[in-house]
Amino acid sequence: MAKITLDNLAHSYLPNPQGEEDYALKELNHVWEDGQAYALLGSSGCGKSTLLNIISGLLQPSQGRILFNDRDVTHAPTTERNIAQVFQFPVVYDTMTVRDNLAFPLRNRGASESFVAEQVQKIARMIAMEDVLNRKARGLTADAKQKISLGRGMVREDVNALLFDEPLTVIDPHMKWELRTQLKSLHHEFGHTMIYVTHDQTEALTFADKVVVMYEGRVVQIGTPEELFERPEHTFVGYFIGSPGMNVLPAQIEGSIARVDGHEVPLDTGYDALSGKAAIGIRPEFVRLNSDGRGLPITIRRIEDVGRHKIVRADFDGQEINIIASEGAEIGTNDTHVAFDAAHVNVYENDWRVAPSGRQPGSKGEAA
Amino acid sequence: MEKTVNQKAWFLVLPVLVLVAFSAIIPLMTVVNYSVQDSFGQNNFFWAGLVWFEDLLHSPRMWNALGRQVVFSSIILAIEVPLGIFIALNMPKKGLWATVCLVLMSLPLLIPWNVVGTIWQVFARVDIGLLGYTLDSLGVDYNYTQGFYAAWTTLIVMDVWHWTSLVALLAYAGLQSIPDAYYQAARIDQASRWKIFRYIELPKMSGVLTIAILLRFMDSFKIYTEPFVVTGGGPGNATTFLSIDLVKMALGQFDLGNAAAFSIIYFLVILAVSWVFYTVMTNLDKKDGV
Repeated sequence: MAKITLDNLAHSYLPNPQGEEDYALKELNHVWEDGQAYALLGSSGCGKSTLLNIISGLLQPSQGRILFNDRDVTHAPTTERNIAQVFQFPVVYDTMTVRDNLAFPLRNRGASESFVAEQVQKIARMIAMEDVLNRKARGLTADAKQKISLGRGMVREDVNALLFDEPLTVIDPHMKWELRTQLKSLHHEFGHTMIYVTHDQTEALTFADKVVVMYEGRVVQIGTPEELFERPEHTFVGYFIGSPGMNVLPAQIEGSIARVDGHEVPLDTGYDALSGKAAIGIRPEFVRLNSDGRGLPITIRRIEDVGRHKIVRADFDGQEINIIASEGAEIGTNDTHVAFDAAHVNVYENDWRVAPSGRQPGSKGEAA
Repeated sequence: MEKTVNQKAWFLVLPVLVLVAFSAIIPLMTVVNYSVQDSFGQNNFFWAGLVWFEDLLHSPRMWNALGRQVVFSSIILAIEVPLGIFIALNMPKKGLWATVCLVLMSLPLLIPWNVVGTIWQVFARVDIGLLGYTLDSLGVDYNYTQGFYAAWTTLIVMDVWHWTSLVALLAYAGLQSIPDAYYQAARIDQASRWKIFRYIELPKMSGVLTIAILLRFMDSFKIYTEPFVVTGGGPGNATTFLSIDLVKMALGQFDLGNAAAFSIIYFLVILAVSWVFYTVMTNLDKKDGV
């Protein structure tokens, strides 16, 4: 178990990276606190796996340092780092039995057979494979193979960190829940530092204490699920988290008024003048339809009833605005305008959130 | 499941039947025909029953050739398979050098058998051959036309030079199909180099290795051209393998009946060994699954 510090870390797959766009992972400073469960969230190709492989030592970073409990391990090989990692696609040793598969990482480290037997039994119970321990791993289903991979990752108790690279992609939904719950309980029991890479926001938000959102090789926000929802630091976080994602509308900011296409939208505090591309972001949960002509004029294109609530897809001057309305709400043709809950309107400059005037930016300093 | 009965379906099998008949069954049957008859020339044939087969089974000449053949194939397999795997493991995985290696490796495979024989026949000559002359001037008693061991060594080295590439290329293809995640997982699991080979690479190569071993067994068991060109089966009968002996019998002595019986036994031996080998290998695979 260890605190993992990333110091000035960056990585490029090219031998001579020129500009910032050549970096798969852009410069990053971050401390993964000991014993926390993190989710690393982002769309495919955003550098999540790169970051994970750098932490586990499968990849040497182009620049920067990695410290485990203040010991520099940047150039230490994987085996020295004592890390467990589970990959997206199941890796099992086909010719071994399930038991030997689970025992493999322990035996390679010279653990005693009695300890191995005990651990294997425990893990087998956890992944519900006790009855197939003696069968060869070859020919098992992808599900079962991935459970073995997970088991091999969890079988060592003394690891510095447990890394998961989208491990549940190939597992069926029912089992997903169960395994995720098992992972959480394992985390509670042993307090490992866990980093869980995923592109599934539900998975990220339910698994982790803190979610790290990555976008185009950059960490754009680190925060609790609530922070990500309430105050997305980057428009990408707004889009990516929430269903549907945040509405982002280009606007001019004048003090405590945002002007969207000539219409005034009140903000709850004042902002300094912005020089870059300004926009406001508002989650569909805080958009209200009305028939009194307040706010922005819209035309409703489609209403999706998802059971718990209704999602209204509306059109505002060529831009889509999504609204979440309660299940019982009557939506009629006279609902011609939308108003925003001023307390939940965020202001963005060049896609990054700006703090109201006179206030410090939130966690942006750490993230950027 | 309900089976549909439609006798017209036989027509769909017909082209294959015709093809197989002309390419395999009819030629084989002419051999069978010879093997049960005797001829004194002028195209007159007499029924001889199984006499040729009985003769052969009691002929030390056939048994000796078979023995030499088995020893030769065993040595070839014992050298080429491990060597091929070793080369494949050490070849670059990608990039320019991988291509260069692949091209160099396939070169020997592209050379016709008799040319390979000629190359080595000249190469190993004591008077003008680079290898033979060098060895001789170093004081090594090497002369493949005279010495038993020199002849065998020459043939084995030649075959290894000619065919190890095949094993290496097949093994290389097998290795290339292993996803990176396996090696990464092995590093996480702290597996030693030997364990990576034993539990990841070897299982993933087993399919292509089965094919490689089968091909090398069959080809080396049928070897004819190269020893014929290099040693002509000599010195004495030292390198007279089955097919060389067979040709001597059929064309040299024109012993058609004897040679035909020989061919059939030869064919059955290869078929039987290949079948046993294949079944054993595929059953090993299946047993793992249970």
